Amino acid sequence: MRGEIKIKSASGSLPIPIEPVDMVGAHERAASFTTRSIKKTSKIQALYTVIRMTDLTTLEGADTPGRVRQLCIKARYPVPHDIFSELQSHPDYQPIPSVAAVCVYPSLVKVAVDTLRGTGINIASVATAFPSGQLAIKEKLKDVKLAVLDGATEIDMVINRNAFLKGDYQTVFDEIVRVKEACGDAHLKVILETGELKTYDNVRLASHIAMEAGGDFIKTSTGKIQPAATLPVTLVMLQAIRDFHDKTGKMIGMKPAGGIKTAKQAIQYLVMVNETLGSAWLTPDMFRFGASSLLNDVIRQLFKQMTGRYYYDKVFSND
Amino acid sequence: MTRKKLNQSTETKTASTPFVFEYSPAPQETNIVKIEKKNKLFIDGKFVAPKSGKYFATLNPATGEKLADLAEAGKQDVDLAVKAARKAYKNVWSKISGEERGRYLFRIARLIQERAREFAVLETLDNGKPIKETRDIDIPLVAAHFFYNAGWADKLNYAFPGHQVSPLGVAGQVIPWNFPLLMAAWKIAPALATGNTVVLKPAETTSLSALLLARIFQEAELPDGVVNFVTGAGETGAELVAHKDINKVAFTGSTDIGKSIVQATAGTNKRLTMELGGKSAHIVYEDAAIDQAVEGVINGIFFNQGHVCCAGSRLLVEESIQDIVVKKLKRRMEELRVGDPMDKNTDIGAINSKEQLNKIHSLVKKGREENPDFFESSCPLPKKGYFHRPCFFNNAASSSTVSRVEIFGPVLSISTFRTPDEAIAKANDTNFGLAAGIWSEKGSKIHKTALGLKAGIIWANTYNKFDPTSPFGGYFESGFGREGGRHGLLPYVEVNS
Amino acid sequence: MNRLKVSKTIKLFIDGKFPRTESGRTTDIFFSDSKKLYAHLCKASRKDLRMSVDAAKAALPGWSSKTAYNRGQILYRMAEMAEAKRQEFLDVLENTMGMSTEDANTQVDQAIDCLVYYAGFTDKYQQVYGAVNPVSGPHHNFTTPEPMGVVAHLASTNLNLPSLVSEIVSVICSGNTVLTVLPENGAAIIAPLSEVIATSDVPGGVVNLLTGSFDELYPHIATHMEIIGVKDQTENDKVSKTLQIEGALNMKRISTQNEENLKDIKNILDFVEFKTVWHPIGV
Repeated sequence: MRGEIKIKSASGSLPIPIEPVDMVGAHERAASFTTRSIKKTSKIQALYTVIRMTDLTTLEGADTPGRVRQLCIKARYPVPHDIFSELQSHPDYQPIPSVAAVCVYPSLVKVAVDTLRGTGINIASVATAFPSGQLAIKEKLKDVKLAVLDGATEIDMVINRNAFLKGDYQTVFDEIVRVKEACGDAHLKVILETGELKTYDNVRLASHIAMEAGGDFIKTSTGKIQPAATLPVTLVMLQAIRDFHDKTGKMIGMKPAGGIKTAKQAIQYLVMVNETLGSAWLTPDMFRFGASSLLNDVIRQLFKQMTGRYYYDKVFSND
Repeated sequence: MTRKKLNQSTETKTASTPFVFEYSPAPQETNIVKIEKKNKLFIDGKFVAPKSGKYFATLNPATGEKLADLAEAGKQDVDLAVKAARKAYKNVWSKISGEERGRYLFRIARLIQERAREFAVLETLDNGKPIKETRDIDIPLVAAHFFYNAGWADKLNYAFPGHQVSPLGVAGQVIPWNFPLLMAAWKIAPALATGNTVVLKPAETTSLSALLLARIFQEAELPDGVVNFVTGAGETGAELVAHKDINKVAFTGSTDIGKSIVQATAGTNKRLTMELGGKSAHIVYEDAAIDQAVEGVINGIFFNQGHVCCAGSRLLVEESIQDIVVKKLKRRMEELRVGDPMDKNTDIGAINSKEQLNKIHSLVKKGREENPDFFESSCPLPKKGYFHRPCFFNNAASSSTVSRVEIFGPVLSISTFRTPDEAIAKANDTNFGLAAGIWSEKGSKIHKTALGLKAGIIWANTYNKFDPTSPFGGYFESGFGREGGRHGLLPYVEVNS
Repeated sequence: MNRLKVSKTIKLFIDGKFPRTESGRTTDIFFSDSKKLYAHLCKASRKDLRMSVDAAKAALPGWSSKTAYNRGQILYRMAEMAEAKRQEFLDVLENTMGMSTEDANTQVDQAIDCLVYYAGFTDKYQQVYGAVNPVSGPHHNFTTPEPMGVVAHLASTNLNLPSLVSEIVSVICSGNTVLTVLPENGAAIIAPLSEVIATSDVPGGVVNLLTGSFDELYPHIATHMEIIGVKDQTENDKVSKTLQIEGALNMKRISTQNEENLKDIKNILDFVEFKTVWHPIGV
């Protein structure tokens, strides 16, 4: 029989489908997106879009206000606008846009807010005892509230894998609901940490729990556990988003994070989103890349596409 | 959309407008291939003009334009080819060691790998199948078949426990147009590994890759006459299988022609292998991994334009999930890109010939008269060439034309079942028995179903997978004999008592 | 004083029962030396043949799904019963075939040995001819031989008991069911043979034995589409050609080889299909 789990929610008993996933089939389908050839003008468009979709991230113990300020400036102007005349002569040239958000630890949200005031760039903060999530819920909620109070517009929470892997899906659900309440107006991205869930069956189920509980986005990974984002795990989550949309009409966003380092990889993700969810999801509202080094490669590839020249990495900052 | 918009930075005003991906026409360069205007026969290691003096045109089905002229082998040509094969068998191929035979086959495998791109492009030009399939599936498998069988040549004493084997002699082989070079490899590699020599007739619409393979044989210094190619249509094939001096007939093609070959060879003691048609069932249970099952169904029927003898052309879906499966199937079919087979983004290429396209059209027409519950993808079709949209008939009765007749095109019939027993019974409700698919996440149910299905290949939670180590062949009117694996050697040897 | 012997009426063997031919026709069999009447044998009709096919088809699911171990035990039981019925086999071989007691005993010995041989093969031929195939990818792939279905067996014209028994038992050993048209010369063997089968827990319909005219029956075997396999031991070109031409309609698997050993896996392989199953390997 097709399975489902029953969750107690504020509006009563909530059935959540158990959708099994065949690993090999998911891998084959994901691999099929890597062989698409994109038109050159489309590729330039895609690269601009990747920048607009990037959550530029720094999540290190060694992060300092100075480091975060630097990153914020790069987030706003990844490349100085006026110094590359060779680029500007290309018909498809537009100024290199800002990224979607910067993503930092809660203690550094204030620094980011101060630096980015007036730019419209979102400030995302990881919270809920990131990355392990191994704290009591009330501590997690404090973590979230503080980040929101300090000005975070987006919260990237981690699910309770402790509860999930012992089969206590109710707790997983309840924590997301409560974090969502604590977020207020801030958008909630729910990190499944797929590298710890291990199976696609788990990923599929966790995706549905996160969406039912009110997550605005679902996100693969903290970046601290390998494997982080992969094409197949993202595919499985996109398929969950599609089914949830079929059922409820709600559009949930997707954020693969960790391990996406090249423009080529990023475009493969966009192809997959395009063929799985359609172009309505190809906006920063609905799709984000959580990445640190991706931005530099995308800039390099944009330069290549517009000038035919492979620029060396001394030309723009490698922050 | 129910949620509030995210912040937009000044530089990203246009960000919330989704952009539309345009896949480029990404045509594979074709200048890697040189096609002779007028092609000859390959007999006794040389390219020779046909004694018949006749030639016929071979077309590119994606454009309808002529690619080249092929020689039409007549009775005399076939006889010369068989004589060359007999001579090579007697004087060379049955004399040298298995190790030596293997060395030639290994060499051939390597040369095919080296010229893989050339083969892929040529095959796509001649057959109309997408370049991504010839590049990623057909040609790599061709090389793999030669490589696999090469290794058997000096190990035949391990193949059949308790028995010694000997070759049969000269094999006459007739192959179809759906996987031209791959079918040639399936036929030639085991025949040569076991010590037989070969006269092979490629399909009349797709002979060019075999002629390129002949050049590989020359490069590999395969002894003259060990493999001979006679091009031509049905009459050439009939001459070949009827020739008195062949010991073995191996045929892949339609069930009707297969039956006529069996009858034509009756009373001759020629050993036969028949790989014929199919109407393979694809069972999707309600506990399946549905997204992968839908992929499997798509791959099962639309792979190679549905020109696959083992195509999963009958979808049997458990009634409780019919709606969701059909919905997902439709959505997925809309993503299939039909068009120029030379474009790397093309999923479905050209139908191989006008004749085949007409056949598909007439069966679809008949189907629509019997059952109006019809869906086809809305994709645009190229103006030139022979193309057909992927389509299906929903709620098709087991008794309907589209559920019983092999269409050999991108046409699926869908019907429902209620219990595993019913699924098995419906799957077996056919005079064919080539392949079947099963989708379920319950292991014991898969094994029970696989056991009950009367078919030679069962793909459980996958479909249309091929491998040189894996035997392929059918039950009932899908033919007899196996190709591939250890079992694929059996049809080419005498097992001595 | 000599008591008048109760003689046996020899009948057909269909579906585990001993019917007379529905046609009511008989053929007379004589003692080879005295030319006195040995028995009236049934001359099976097309309808008897059809009923045999129906019985064999009905018996197929049950027989083929028995465990291989169970089939082996049943075949071994046949050997036990044949040993007990030795005298009756000798009677037919000596009196209707004119064999010496020594030759007849040798034939019975060999026939029984064949039963034992194939009894021990029911759960091994799959291991010898099955395979796990190392495909290039994340899939488990295995090939296993399976029974083919209903097999018709045209025995050689002159009775050779070991060859007859070897053929029948090698066909059913894998789970096929069979209908055998017995040799015209030596057809009285049907009596002890059918009684061995009937008393060995072989389910009804698994083996069906007919006596009658080859010429009359083989065309109906050739055209009957429920018959998927044919073992043709007649060494008659006309018969084999007809079987191939008519059999092409349902792709009959026809084996005409006759020179093989009595005890050989090849005899089993003639009537199996190889099924290959693929399954992904993943979590």
